[in-house]
Amino acid sequence: MPNTQELQDLVVQVRRDILRMVHKVNSGHPGGSLGCTEFMVALYNEIMDLKDGFDMDGIGEDLFFLSNGHISPVFYSVLARRGYFPIEELNTFRLINSRLQGHPTTHEGLPGVRVASGSLGQGMSVAIGAALTKKLNNDDHLVFSLHGDGELQEGQNWEAIMFAAGNKVDNLIATIDRNGQQIDGPTEEVLPLGDVPEKFRVFGWDVLEIKNGNDLEQVVAGLREAKSRTGKGKPVCVVMDTVMGNGVDFMMYTHAWHGKAPNDEQLATALAQNPETLGDY
Amino acid sequence: MTKYTDQGKQDTRSGYGAGMTELGRTNPNVVALCADLVGSLKIETFIEENPERFFQVGIAEANMMGIAAGLTIGGKIPFASSFANFATGRVYDQIRQSIAYSDKNVKICASHAGLTLGEDGATHQILEDIGLMKMLPGMTVINPCDFNQTKAATIAIAEHHGPVYLRFGRPKVANFTPVDQKFEIGKALLLSEGTDVSIVATGHLVWQALLAAENLENQGISAEVINIHTIKPLDEKAILDSVKKTGCVVTAEEHNYLGGLGESVARVLAMHHPTPQEFVATQDTFGESGTPDQLMEKYGLNNKAIEAAVLRVLKRK
Repeated sequence: MPNTQELQDLVVQVRRDILRMVHKVNSGHPGGSLGCTEFMVALYNEIMDLKDGFDMDGIGEDLFFLSNGHISPVFYSVLARRGYFPIEELNTFRLINSRLQGHPTTHEGLPGVRVASGSLGQGMSVAIGAALTKKLNNDDHLVFSLHGDGELQEGQNWEAIMFAAGNKVDNLIATIDRNGQQIDGPTEEVLPLGDVPEKFRVFGWDVLEIKNGNDLEQVVAGLREAKSRTGKGKPVCVVMDTVMGNGVDFMMYTHAWHGKAPNDEQLATALAQNPETLGDY
Repeated sequence: MTKYTDQGKQDTRSGYGAGMTELGRTNPNVVALCADLVGSLKIETFIEENPERFFQVGIAEANMMGIAAGLTIGGKIPFASSFANFATGRVYDQIRQSIAYSDKNVKICASHAGLTLGEDGATHQILEDIGLMKMLPGMTVINPCDFNQTKAATIAIAEHHGPVYLRFGRPKVANFTPVDQKFEIGKALLLSEGTDVSIVATGHLVWQALLAAENLENQGISAEVINIHTIKPLDEKAILDSVKKTGCVVTAEEHNYLGGLGESVARVLAMHHPTPQEFVATQDTFGESGTPDQLMEKYGLNNKAIEAAVLRVLKRK
């Protein structure tokens, strides 16, 4: 097992980073970021095989693509704390002349980012392309991707889901963040997604579920299981239940904090619930 | 100057196919994608010789553009091909975010551009694609004029790092450029020298411009013909050098006058050398069904239309 305490400390610190980043610029998306903190911390610190440093081609290492780019705060914090760029740079989130754009981009040369995302529904196709190149290069590393559940309403996903199964892209692990919320409300009210795992199954994917995507041990175990299922002729889908806003009591179980920053008082309350562990930037 | 003659009619899409065949044999990083239009894009030989480097995505162009972007990560050079309408307008945001903004080395290769697609009609005849693509920062836009040049352009763009839009067409047209002519991105070609008017043409209209120049010569009008195969980056110097000599210009393209080559030329002239200009282009309209020749006649995109535009612009000098 991983050193759970170290990872748990990182989770709490990343939550603080997310809250402080969005508070400073009074914009950004804390809800989904907090919901995916355990996943992102586990992925980058326990699951993925990563080289030191960053190069765009990423040959000989696992790759990750964030399709739901609006949860950039958790992506940036995890990248910075994994050593891709200085942690202090989190201070520049969404500011003019920053590499930390509102949504992730390669355009400013931020290490760790391999494609722009934000306009939804495009990441799975990109991940598939990268997975195909790994096969052409005889590189047996994996490609991971993360998608919002509401994002599955974009039709391009289903083109990609069909392609990946039909072409046996079995070095791909796509995770769906099933928090059940989107901007206009619960997904099942805005446009019902129905049985997401079953939909992937009938499209020909190998599907597994993480029942509590905010439980670090469950996330690590689930992703390890997902890795063990690669290379068997089917793309792998992880449907992970999370709570939007996890770790801050007043942000949980609502879509209200999808794209809203806390004020000074709310920030103080939220930070008090997540005491500093590894040091604020 | 070289006198250009038709070496035998061929379709520019077959030039793309021939270029892909050669790239398949010479550049192991080149991969091809297609959205259920392999026969129309003429890439059967590439697929036959390199089955592992071809990805059939089905009727799913958005996914094709995303996969192409991803394939670049790890060093592949994807050539993603479809009809021009489905390779641009249908997937504009995928190209914008996953390819252009992400600085991906993807070649978007689009056949059946413009009216000369013919009988299928306006749903398939895109006349806006040059505008859509040239507005994307970092995108190179190329519209070669014949089979030989399309083949040469296909091979050349594999050596250029960055996103490229390569536009070509369906009908068999005059093949007149030298078979061994080197293709230099962004370098206009002076096809015939003249002193009275500059005809700046792209794609299928280049041959029409040469025909027009020949007729004009019989009327005592000396027309200079420039082949602008690369609309972006535009060879501004070649255009300015010519119009400084002739004092007026006709632009000719199989595209809407809004957003096409004509507007790019007008911008250069407005900035550096204001000059009377006439536009041979479609006039903010959709196309319709018909044979390519009928359509080019009806929408004013042939040698006769160019001659008429020359006579108009000469009066404005």
